[in-house]
Amino acid sequence: MDTNFWVIQAFNGVSYGALLFLLASGLSLIFGVMRIVNLAHGSFFLLGGYVALTVIWTTGSWLLALPVAALVVAAVGLLMERVFLRPLGFDPLRQVLLSVGFAYLFQQAALDIWGGDNLDIIPPAMLRESAVVDGFYFPMYRIFMIGMALVIGLILWLTMEKTRVGAMVRATVDDAEMARGVGIDTSRVSMFIFALGAFLAGLGGVVGGAFLGVYPGLDFAILPIAFAVVIIGGMGSLGGAAVGSLLVGLADNFGKALFPEISYFTLYAPMVLILALKPTGLFGRE
Amino acid sequence: MDSRRKLVIVIAAMLAVLVATPYSGSYVIVLVTHALIFAILAMSLDILLGYTGLPSLGQAAYLGVGAYLTAILASRFQFGLDWTFWLVVVLGILIGAATAALFGLFAVHAGGVYFLMITLALGMCVWGLAYRWNSLTGGDNGIVLPPRPAFGIDLADDVTFFYLVFGFFAVSLVMMAILARSPFGRSLVGIRENEPRMRILGYNTWLHKYVAFIIAGGFGGLAGVLWAHAHGLVSPEDVVLATSVDALLMVVLGGPGTLVGGAIGAGIVVFLREYLSTLVPWWQYVLGGVYVLTILYLPGGLMSIPERIRGSRALSRRARETRNMQTSPP
Amino acid sequence: MSSTILRRLNWGLIAGIVAAGLSVSPIAGAAQELRIGFIAPLTGPFSQVGKDMVNGFQMYLDEVGGDFAGAKVKFIVEDEEAKPPVAVRKAEKLIRQDKVQLFAGGLLASTGYALAPVSTRLKTVYVVSTPAADDLTQRDASKYPYIVRTGWTSSQPSHPFGEWACQQGYKRIVAIGADFAFGHEVVGGFQKAYEGCGGRIIQKIWPPLGTIDFGPYIPTIKKDADAIFTLMAGPMSLQFPKQLASAGIRLPVLGGGTSYDEFVLPSMGDEVIGHISALQYSAALDTPKNAAFVKKYREKYGKVPSYYSEGNYTAAQMIHEVMKKTKGKWPGTEQFVKLLSSVQLETPRGPVRIDEMKNPVHNVYIRIVRKKREHGYDKDELWNSVVRTYPDVGQFWKYPKEEFLKQPVYSRDYPPCKYCE
Repeated sequence: MDTNFWVIQAFNGVSYGALLFLLASGLSLIFGVMRIVNLAHGSFFLLGGYVALTVIWTTGSWLLALPVAALVVAAVGLLMERVFLRPLGFDPLRQVLLSVGFAYLFQQAALDIWGGDNLDIIPPAMLRESAVVDGFYFPMYRIFMIGMALVIGLILWLTMEKTRVGAMVRATVDDAEMARGVGIDTSRVSMFIFALGAFLAGLGGVVGGAFLGVYPGLDFAILPIAFAVVIIGGMGSLGGAAVGSLLVGLADNFGKALFPEISYFTLYAPMVLILALKPTGLFGRE
Repeated sequence: MDSRRKLVIVIAAMLAVLVATPYSGSYVIVLVTHALIFAILAMSLDILLGYTGLPSLGQAAYLGVGAYLTAILASRFQFGLDWTFWLVVVLGILIGAATAALFGLFAVHAGGVYFLMITLALGMCVWGLAYRWNSLTGGDNGIVLPPRPAFGIDLADDVTFFYLVFGFFAVSLVMMAILARSPFGRSLVGIRENEPRMRILGYNTWLHKYVAFIIAGGFGGLAGVLWAHAHGLVSPEDVVLATSVDALLMVVLGGPGTLVGGAIGAGIVVFLREYLSTLVPWWQYVLGGVYVLTILYLPGGLMSIPERIRGSRALSRRARETRNMQTSPP
Repeated sequence: MSSTILRRLNWGLIAGIVAAGLSVSPIAGAAQELRIGFIAPLTGPFSQVGKDMVNGFQMYLDEVGGDFAGAKVKFIVEDEEAKPPVAVRKAEKLIRQDKVQLFAGGLLASTGYALAPVSTRLKTVYVVSTPAADDLTQRDASKYPYIVRTGWTSSQPSHPFGEWACQQGYKRIVAIGADFAFGHEVVGGFQKAYEGCGGRIIQKIWPPLGTIDFGPYIPTIKKDADAIFTLMAGPMSLQFPKQLASAGIRLPVLGGGTSYDEFVLPSMGDEVIGHISALQYSAALDTPKNAAFVKKYREKYGKVPSYYSEGNYTAAQMIHEVMKKTKGKWPGTEQFVKLLSSVQLETPRGPVRIDEMKNPVHNVYIRIVRKKREHGYDKDELWNSVVRTYPDVGQFWKYPKEEFLKQPVYSRDYPPCKYCE
């Protein structure tokens, strides 16, 4: 294995981790605030890709597709939370099952609306090139993914740390009852977080759509990986989501390159270990 | 509903299934057989979920190990195809229980959502191994089993196999019902209701939960053995997350903590997946809809419907009586 | 007490009605009805391919008005979701409930391996129109007396392709293929023929089926190879060439037919121009029969037919040929198998006949992806242009049958990677 191998694999692992961050950060926040295991999160991701395609087909603009798709998915998430999840109150089992029900409904609806073909999001020409540094090829799109994750991560961090809304969210994650005690409207916070989580997943779907494709089945394929990130990194923690995505991205990449036979095992075994030893994840809070 | 009445109804329903199925057409026999096998898995999950309050998202793992064991023994070692079938049944139960014993060490000390996640992860580990450990499991080709065992009776005959599966189902139901009514079963319910209190009373709650976990795993393994012979094929697709989720839905749909509810739920879900899917292309809307509606409006599952009807009947009767009292002359 | 008896009777009555309702089935074998069951993935990542399969078969049915020499065809399609256990369940339903006399389809090699035992167990004809699993008509053929394959074996096109590659002067090739039976067999066949003529496979990489991020695999490709041989299926076919190009790999690319088949070619970009593959079909095949087939298919379904479409169109045609011989009467399972095995036809892919192991013998085409106008269409599009035809290729190529059957089925480790570095 020469330097080329290590450099490129590390770069690939980081870029894959960047995509996972978009997917998993929302899941982590949703879990941290609402303690909901959202098994429809993969569906949000896939829906983002599909809506983006529709936007591109009708307006020709990939740039427009990014925010529009994310907002549409956020709206769907909002609807789901208000109308269906809210009335259940705090009941993790039923919420899981409800989210699965929705995942099946979304899957069927997507099939009816967009058909079963393997589709592809074509990014602008500039992003289809590769930057060549010292004989190393770095695909621009992967650089874009890393950039996107950094920007989004920064915005999220600033929001959480520096704004009032962020403070309310952090309070709710720490201790929902106390937060209510000091007058924070936790149901509003939940609504905001769920919509935000869906937004991030939808955005991830647009970004991922050029990289992974958009096709039926992607929703359930990507879901366990998102969970691996959240579990390893820690639920409810943005920093955890970042570290978790990086770790999973690198582990998955190097695992597949170096130990292909047990590649899935290298992904899920650490997940089990963390759950056994520190269930809240590396950076999670109780 | 008083338990004598419930017992009679359950027995009547089982007799109806037992008697009517063999005359219902070749495909129905196959469907009912599948439903009964799934019912065993669902009931095993009910022990964990309905009685102990532990929601497991990885029950398919035990089905998987039981099924793969059966398939490997049958196809590679020609073992289990005659009287040795009964040995394989025992082995299947043991391997299910052993796997649960191992997994339980990781899972049982957690609760609520964390338990959900751990069991999910463990289930995915089993799937990953089934999928990638080509030399053992055949990878995504799976393992095709030789024709079903024959020992005096030939299980290749669908009706005979149905009777066998029904027998296992009935025995499992009885055993789990006895367990549920035993002091051990009652302490499980106590743990579900209020674990700290049970601990204060001196119960080793971890051990109780661990044992329940192992028992559920054993029954899951049994379901796996039957599953392998029912389908003639074992594949990683059998142990995907969706199977565990389906099991969970069956319990919730039928009614957690009722055992029989799981069986009813199994019948409904199997019907939807394997029959409705052949009639209409939009059957997934029905599946999703059933999930959503059950969660929202039937928290106690289908088994709770009679109570609710009686509850509302009692309410309206009382309302009537009150009105009569008010309007009748003094 | 009486209410309980009544209740029991009620249950019995309800159960009886339900059972009766569910068991209503079509009248068994009215001599002039031919019930054909068809299994294809209609949902999931391969649904596009499934659609092509169904459309191909359906188009032939429509051409003859659903009438096979007097037998009225009832075409029943079931969704297998590209999952072997589901395919098995659907096959059971088709046979037990719909009482089909034969079933066709299935997509993946693993599905083929799962469906063949069902045909034996339930004594029903299985026309293997798509699954390429080698052993169904090789080492396991005796286990499956009721199947006839009209499609291909995975290694069938690979054998002449391996020889062709070596004759082109490629000395060292890296193989990267989807890690499942089909991938192993396509690569294995290529390796055997290629190395038999003097070439060397210097590396084998196996990304799992369904891989969409080839980041871990592409950088491991040895840079000093002469060419890459790739086998991709489904969504992988679309992503791999793109990522290969982005990584700056400029080596010549050879591939299995499914890597560039028309089911995905229209969605591909210019990065695949110049890639070479081998298969028994290409939509660009310039024969009158194929030109007519492509034009009619495209007009009807809005896209160019893929080999999945052609394979099932031809299967339907071959079934029709058998029914012509029996004057529209279902001849029974064994006789049907015998008759189908003796069919010889001109099809869109060229001449086809069935060998003694019940596998087709047909042309194999070496194709190169070019951007041009074909069949009179006035747009520049991507086509698999045929550059070489190997006529009359069977599943054993030039190898004597007995010797070939003695070697193990192609797998990850067979042929062994003697020259791997």
